Amino acid sequence: MSLHRDDGIVLRAQKLGEADRVITMLTRERGRLRLVAKGVRRTTSKFGARLEPFAHVDFQTFERENRALGMITQAETIAPYGGQVVGDYARYTAGTAMLETAERLTEEGEPALQQYLLLLGGLRALVGGEHAPGLVLDAFILRSLSIAGYAPSFRDCAGCGNEPDDGMAWRFFSLPAGGVVCPACKPGGAAVPQQATVDLLGALLAGEWESADASEPRHRREASGLVAAYLQWHLERGLRSLRLVERQ
Amino acid sequence: MYEGVVQDLIDELGRLPNIGPKSAQRIAFHLLQADPVDVKRLAETLLKVKETVRFCEVCGNVAAAERCRICLDPRRDASVLCVVEESKDVVAIEKTREFRGRYHVLGGALSPIEGIGPDELRVRELMARLADGVVTELILATDPNMEGEATASFLARMVKPLTADGSLRVTRLASGLPVGGDLEYADEVTLGRAFAGRRKIDG
Repeated sequence: MSLHRDDGIVLRAQKLGEADRVITMLTRERGRLRLVAKGVRRTTSKFGARLEPFAHVDFQTFERENRALGMITQAETIAPYGGQVVGDYARYTAGTAMLETAERLTEEGEPALQQYLLLLGGLRALVGGEHAPGLVLDAFILRSLSIAGYAPSFRDCAGCGNEPDDGMAWRFFSLPAGGVVCPACKPGGAAVPQQATVDLLGALLAGEWESADASEPRHRREASGLVAAYLQWHLERGLRSLRLVERQ
Repeated sequence: MYEGVVQDLIDELGRLPNIGPKSAQRIAFHLLQADPVDVKRLAETLLKVKETVRFCEVCGNVAAAERCRICLDPRRDASVLCVVEESKDVVAIEKTREFRGRYHVLGGALSPIEGIGPDELRVRELMARLADGVVTELILATDPNMEGEATASFLARMVKPLTADGSLRVTRLASGLPVGGDLEYADEVTLGRAFAGRRKIDG
């Protein structure tokens, strides 16, 4: 029997029984957790509104040995990102895909501080509204994959590490190789995206927002297709929400 | 494990929502001990409900015929349309006796994480109902949670072209403090909403 206190971001809230919810949360100290929130669907619940997806909360749990799920006993809002996300459909769908990415790239009960901080930064960028939601999502996915150990390469060859000449990037893109590849390493079936698309992907991974914001819609579309394919390659199964993301 | 058909009954009951193995066993033994007439009535009702009940072709609510009772009622105001997620929300609103318009049941809320997008809901049917201009007020009564709010803002954006000439008014159910509660116990999200949606009071 123990009490834990931690910060976390609500990734998912699923109905349980009459009035309860199972809350999936990415926490600062203990990684992804599944917790029961009793009675939060009742209108009289004192903290139900605080445990909606996107909410950043300071919470306390009560856990017992031999019990699969701990129980949330208290929750205080640190930042209710949900309210700012929900009014804009593009932002909502991109944000949901970010939550699902974070859920899929973390392990239950394994500390994942970097993923937690990345998601927090990603949500702030999303509600800040300075960049297009689709770009924030793609940057988040690339960086989240990098933290998980699947960092793609968008400049040097992912196969041999050769640098391209004159500051350009290699043009062939291969999912199994993990990014762009030089002509010598190019496997069969490698994609040949446009130069500006490869530059955009590199800018999103490195956080060079000035050049990312200046990119054209057709390059954004191509880049998001490659990001989705790269994510699916490593997750083996695509994200459900990615199909529904509204891109401007 | 029980023998044959008893175990089959427990397994079938255990597939119902919120019925665990213990509850399934309890219900199965209740049925075994119950009067045969009662059990027969239950079995007949189960079959009948599956055979006769369908979804209203206009609003999507559960109905015993092609159209539901509310859509057939000429006394209901056709100019006010209330959009809800599920049929059970229609029942909840009907209990208030405050609403005399008609309904549109979406069949859920937008939830990308569950793979539910606009195509999985009855959004196209809603737009078709609004096309003839009979509806002058659209009330968005989706749940006041994340998915419900996102659905409401999505629908508000979809019908925006229809509101431009003033022929359609789009409203959202108010959110705020529960009647009979104390202000100090309200959470900040709800209290914030109550402030945002405060109304003028004539003294």
